[in-house]
Amino acid sequence: MEDFETVEVSTDLLIIGPGMAGAGACVEAAHWAKKNNLKVTVVDKAAMERSGAVAMGLSAINQYQGDNTPVDYLSYVRQDLMGLCRDDLVMDISRHVNGSVHMFEGYGLPLWKDENGNYVHEGRWQLMINGESYKAIVAEAGKTAVDADNIYERVFIVKLLLDKNDKNRVCGAIGFSVREQKIYVFKCKACLVTAGGAVHVFRPRSTGEGMGRAWYPPWNAGSSSYLTTTAGAEMSSQEVVFIPGRYKDGYGPVGAWFLLFKAAATSASGVNYMAEGAAEGGELHNWPPYGEVKPIPTCLRNHLMMQKMYSGDGPILIHTDKAIAKLAEQAPDEKAYKKELKKLEAEAWEDFLDMTISQAVLWASKDVYPEEGPSEIMPSEPYFIGSHSGASGAWTSGPADIQTDESKSDYFWGYNRMTTVNGLFSAGDGVGNSSHKFSSGSFTEGRIAAKAAIKYCVENPEMPEADADKVEKIKQDITIPLKVHEENSPYTTLGANKRRYDMPVEEVNPYYITPKMAMFRLNKIMDEYVAGWGNQYNCSATSLNIALEELKRLKEDLSKLSARNLHELMRCWENVHRVQIAEAHTRHKLFREETRWPGYYYRTDFPKMEEDKWGNVFVNSVYDEEKDEFQMFTRPKYSLVNIQEVVGM
Amino acid sequence: MPSFVIQEKCDGCKGGEVTACQYICPNDLMVLDEELMKAYNSEPDMCWECYNCVKICPTQAIEVRGYADFCPLGANCMPMRGSEDIMWTVKFRSGTIKRFKFPIRTIPEGSVSPDGGFGEGEGSLDDQLLFTEPASLKESKLWTLSDHQ
Repeated sequence: MEDFETVEVSTDLLIIGPGMAGAGACVEAAHWAKKNNLKVTVVDKAAMERSGAVAMGLSAINQYQGDNTPVDYLSYVRQDLMGLCRDDLVMDISRHVNGSVHMFEGYGLPLWKDENGNYVHEGRWQLMINGESYKAIVAEAGKTAVDADNIYERVFIVKLLLDKNDKNRVCGAIGFSVREQKIYVFKCKACLVTAGGAVHVFRPRSTGEGMGRAWYPPWNAGSSSYLTTTAGAEMSSQEVVFIPGRYKDGYGPVGAWFLLFKAAATSASGVNYMAEGAAEGGELHNWPPYGEVKPIPTCLRNHLMMQKMYSGDGPILIHTDKAIAKLAEQAPDEKAYKKELKKLEAEAWEDFLDMTISQAVLWASKDVYPEEGPSEIMPSEPYFIGSHSGASGAWTSGPADIQTDESKSDYFWGYNRMTTVNGLFSAGDGVGNSSHKFSSGSFTEGRIAAKAAIKYCVENPEMPEADADKVEKIKQDITIPLKVHEENSPYTTLGANKRRYDMPVEEVNPYYITPKMAMFRLNKIMDEYVAGWGNQYNCSATSLNIALEELKRLKEDLSKLSARNLHELMRCWENVHRVQIAEAHTRHKLFREETRWPGYYYRTDFPKMEEDKWGNVFVNSVYDEEKDEFQMFTRPKYSLVNIQEVVGM
Repeated sequence: MPSFVIQEKCDGCKGGEVTACQYICPNDLMVLDEELMKAYNSEPDMCWECYNCVKICPTQAIEVRGYADFCPLGANCMPMRGSEDIMWTVKFRSGTIKRFKFPIRTIPEGSVSPDGGFGEGEGSLDDQLLFTEPASLKESKLWTLSDHQ
């Protein structure tokens, strides 16, 4: 194995992962850094132009306040998450988000406008866009702001570094180039982790060539969670996954169909399960107060779908044909009808082509015409995505001015979006309990965190320093999978090959495990014991404890991961990151002895929601890396405002 | 396949440091076989079908064949991405062709200003105003909790 060259970069603020949140952070940080003569450095494992969850594009902006107040938005988010969110974080994003959307328009993002020049809403909070280049446009703003010389692309960050004299102070990050034999050591005063959520922790529904067709992108490997957790930051709501119900197999968006085109979904036998659940004596009344108030929370909509599926009345159908016919019928004459039909058809296809092209490919390959018949929808495998209807992420400080006397002691410690580790900030999928920020809110939260991080650098100007021996040890550890492969591959007959993966043949060797097989092993554990789709989203203390045993053995075997090249080295470390969030998630699920989010997961040994015991607390954890131990505890939920009425979609 | 590279059309982005597809792929899947000077998708089962390699390829050598485990053969979705819009040709298995054209940006690439045209704003490090605020909010001031009755 060739020696790795070490590249050292010193900076003030280090931004890890310029997706939507990180791009917002670039724009904001560059402004305040320039005023204070500070340096901002950005590191991306891909190319910033098309990195992160919006790499393909989006067909809508899902958070825009318009004339609604932050309290209105809070009412919607709190309801959707079955009562649990950080009011301060949600309202903080809400009050700034219009500005971000207006900036996007200034950057050249095409937002749909009506004849009066107003934005076209898909729902109360959602705006329709021509979003094929959404990420490229926003990335251009970020890149221009920080300057290309300060952006390191194709560098995968493995671990954060802590100050040698203060274990609770971040001082840098270490990683490697996935293209050259180089190890990167970044030294910084503050670090902002915006490295996305996690996919392929649970077994995906397609496990052949279509394995990559997860709803959320396969490159989101839990790095935000791993980096903050292993630095010792307190994490929150790691049990709250998100399961989207989308078009089967392609995972194409249904938002426009439900909200814009008003399509209805039914069971196979034609039961409108939403109406049935809401009717007197229906299932939704078993989940008060959230099941009885509109909009019905995402998990409960899943729950009703799953009840039908698992009682044998699946598949679930979305009646696109009826919705299109109804809309087109409103046209005054035949000519207008045809014109309207054509317009709706283009809008429906753009929805897919902007953000889930696979769904267009799938419909074309099966000759599906949405105006001719219904299509199947299906709940996916669980994802970790703090920016959507999930809540997993770091426990961070909120803003100073959106607090009560009571909340201040638990929700505020000096710097907005700083984790419990000094100098370590997060945003987007990395921050817990501020759900429903989506692309625009993630960009906004990145801005909020970046400004606070620059303030931190100004007020804490001394450069922290990592323990040199520790850095040397991590550098050695990073390349172990390459050594494992080099030393052991001649033992068996299917060995050295320049190709990355010998699909479908994997190397079999008693001395190592390939990154793909490590992922499969993780997927199987999580699916079967931790409430994946394979077990109909069920788990119990018994199954979760089995999972912890299995995860312990898997973690031990991760030291025997093997890599044939730098690309596989990245895959190895991605799976190390995935396993960390998997274990945290399992422990959080075990700790919360209730079923609060049916449709996301069921604790079969505690099948009811226990509002008195669990309705006012977040489950939090701190990980001690040296001891490899989690400490589990609760934090109180404060209602900063009384919600009189839930404002809907 | 995910994305695949048509051998005849790929020229390995001659002269470039990396091929266009290697540069753009968010999941680091594209590899150049330096002997053949042809790119290939090295890990098709980790492909999201985001189409960024298809859109960026200077010789239109990359296409997508739907995931073999659930897509019947014969269909094709091909983009032509220009500087202002994108044209899609959707070919169905039955042979039906649909064509759609959508705008992708309203100002030229390379002309984005980070302030979005709103100026740097009125904030300082000690207040809650972000860069460009309050102008970008199109309001006179930023909301705070005490504004709620």
